[in-house]
Amino acid sequence: MTRKPWLAPLLSALFFALFVGAWYLATTASAGGGGAAPAMDPEYAALMGAQAQAGGQSAMPGPGEVAAKIWEHVSDPFYDRGTNDKGLGIQIAYSIARVLAGYLLAALVAIPLGFVIGMSPLIYKALDPFIQILKPISPLAWMPLALYTIKDSGISAIFVIFICSLWPMLVNTAFGVASVRREWLNVARTLEVSPLRKAFQVILPAAAPTILTGMRISIGIAWLVIVAAEMLVGGTGIGYFVWNEWNNLSITNIITAILLIGLVGMLLDHLLAWVARAISWRE
Amino acid sequence: MSTFRNPFDPNVKLNGCSCGRHHSQAEHDQAEALSEEAMLDRVVEGAVMRALFPHDETRRNFIRAVGASTAMAAISTFLPLGTVKDAFASPGPLEKTKLKVGFIPITCATPIIMAHPLGYYSKQGLDVEVVKTAGWAVIRDKSLAKEYDAAHMLSPMPLAISIGAGSNPIPWTMPAVENINGQAITLSVKHKDKRDPKGWKGFKFAVPFDYSMHNYLLRYYLAEHGLDPDTDVQIRSVPPPEMVANLRAGNIDGFLAPDPVNQRAVYDGVGFIHTLTKDIWEGHPCCAFAASKEFVTTMPNTYKALLRAIITATATASNPANRKQIAEAIAPANYLNQPVTVVEQVLTGTYADGLGGVQKVPGRIGFEPFPWESFAVWILTQMKRWGQIKGDVDYQKVAKEVFLATDAAALMKEVGLPVPSTTTKKFSVMKKEFDPAKPEEYLNSFKIRKAAA
Repeated sequence: MTRKPWLAPLLSALFFALFVGAWYLATTASAGGGGAAPAMDPEYAALMGAQAQAGGQSAMPGPGEVAAKIWEHVSDPFYDRGTNDKGLGIQIAYSIARVLAGYLLAALVAIPLGFVIGMSPLIYKALDPFIQILKPISPLAWMPLALYTIKDSGISAIFVIFICSLWPMLVNTAFGVASVRREWLNVARTLEVSPLRKAFQVILPAAAPTILTGMRISIGIAWLVIVAAEMLVGGTGIGYFVWNEWNNLSITNIITAILLIGLVGMLLDHLLAWVARAISWRE
Repeated sequence: MSTFRNPFDPNVKLNGCSCGRHHSQAEHDQAEALSEEAMLDRVVEGAVMRALFPHDETRRNFIRAVGASTAMAAISTFLPLGTVKDAFASPGPLEKTKLKVGFIPITCATPIIMAHPLGYYSKQGLDVEVVKTAGWAVIRDKSLAKEYDAAHMLSPMPLAISIGAGSNPIPWTMPAVENINGQAITLSVKHKDKRDPKGWKGFKFAVPFDYSMHNYLLRYYLAEHGLDPDTDVQIRSVPPPEMVANLRAGNIDGFLAPDPVNQRAVYDGVGFIHTLTKDIWEGHPCCAFAASKEFVTTMPNTYKALLRAIITATATASNPANRKQIAEAIAPANYLNQPVTVVEQVLTGTYADGLGGVQKVPGRIGFEPFPWESFAVWILTQMKRWGQIKGDVDYQKVAKEVFLATDAAALMKEVGLPVPSTTTKKFSVMKKEFDPAKPEEYLNSFKIRKAAA
């Protein structure tokens, strides 16, 4: 493995080329398979789209079209042509801002609360049933309730991110705090360390890797949910972009957005992985 | 379009279509093209005359007998039309200039949308943001949450919201109809040879929303052909963009949808237009411009300015000569996000039907703002027919409160005049006459309806 560092990237490139090749063949084959379309009245034909002329087949764009579309978006990501038509860069920025707002709020609530729950077995047991019931609820199920009570779609979207990021962080923090080694706590007790100092200097570093794992899971879920949430409320964001292009039945734009969503999700995950590595320790 | 026609002309039918003096509607409208101020005056005059003479015949006889100018003078002596017009024309200081108006990306929203790129809002001193919205339920919720000051709604929605069907009852108003006609039944291309509705048993249909003209018209159409829409077919609520995709995938057999969805299905080669809703009920209302009663009463000047912008936009849209320009203005991604040719086919009425023919139906979609109370009564009968509302309904009262046909009457009240009787008209749906004065009889005349619980 270490002797041939170029092997894995090469294989990746090969897989990618195979995938694009298969995609290209699949889309061109079905587009050409329409056969000779019946001769259309030119006036009629002028009113019809290209897909109709192919007999309603092959809505699937080829890799070339998608690449051209991506280039178009990448070369002008920040245009603003009114309320409902903004560049992909702006849409992504809106989505990331919403995710971060909801996520940071969740962290502010979940980590201290998780700390308390983890330090007290009694509270842990008392709150456990509620957490177990609230945790598996799909974040989108909260959406109508949020819209109805908060009466603001922007804040509702942030609330949905908040509620879905909350549980993994809460549960992981509580778990991490609860499973700090007994010996370390005992040492702290013998040295008569103040409770606050114990929390910050013993428990927090020990539980940090678990907390970070929770945060990493959360950001992943938050990014998954924002697209669906924005599709529902509309307005701005990458989810709205997908919905708007769905409205236009533009598969090319949707594929472009999907690739971008994946890319941003990966970057967010890497960011937290990097933080996790920075604070983790080895025994 | 009758709303913008001179009501002091004895040859004009207030409730009908063409005057008969021109070869085509387009020619007629061009000849009658009015300035913006004149158009607004017409709307007010028309509403007042409708209120004074609920029966066309009486008004005609009166005007014929005394002459238009005498009639006008006579009316002016006890009803200062100028004051009424002024009350409507100069709204006074605006309470709020930055407004948000929600819309769904369909051609029904044309006046609301085009007023933005063509500058009708800014002419009234309003800074209106028109916000594309994901669906009817969301538009309802955002309007209820006051995120939108006013919104594009389906004309049954203000009724449903006001009486609390499908949501909490909140007084809602509908000061203007957005469009008339403009929908169609589209079927999958695989059903090209099944043009007789009697053979549609087991079909799966989609409509955009439960409380929509689309739902009522489809049910009506099916029932008239002997199919029970609740048991013989499936009718689902599906957002318009998903309709074309579902039709392509074969999940549904057809839909009754707002345009441009029908034309888009043809454009993509997956469907054909079976019938325009114009042929089910000529001149039926579809979408509406709606606002909460609270907005109307707490910000009367802003409301009037906004309504002025919408009515002038509607008047411009009603002129077929402007339709190409409008199609170009509203097709971009910021508004409808559709190919221009699709929008143009809908608005001009020269369209490919999906069966290989080019149809020319100039009245495919029309724009007429007058919210006839009788429309509301008809909608209520259908809501009751299909079990959406139960028990007794005070048809006339709900209609009057929600459909602000009496806006002119309200303005008359403002200047201290007695308010005359209401504004209703009779019309026919699939050749069956509807008398708004007898909704219960009408309702009971249907064989196919949901069994009263």
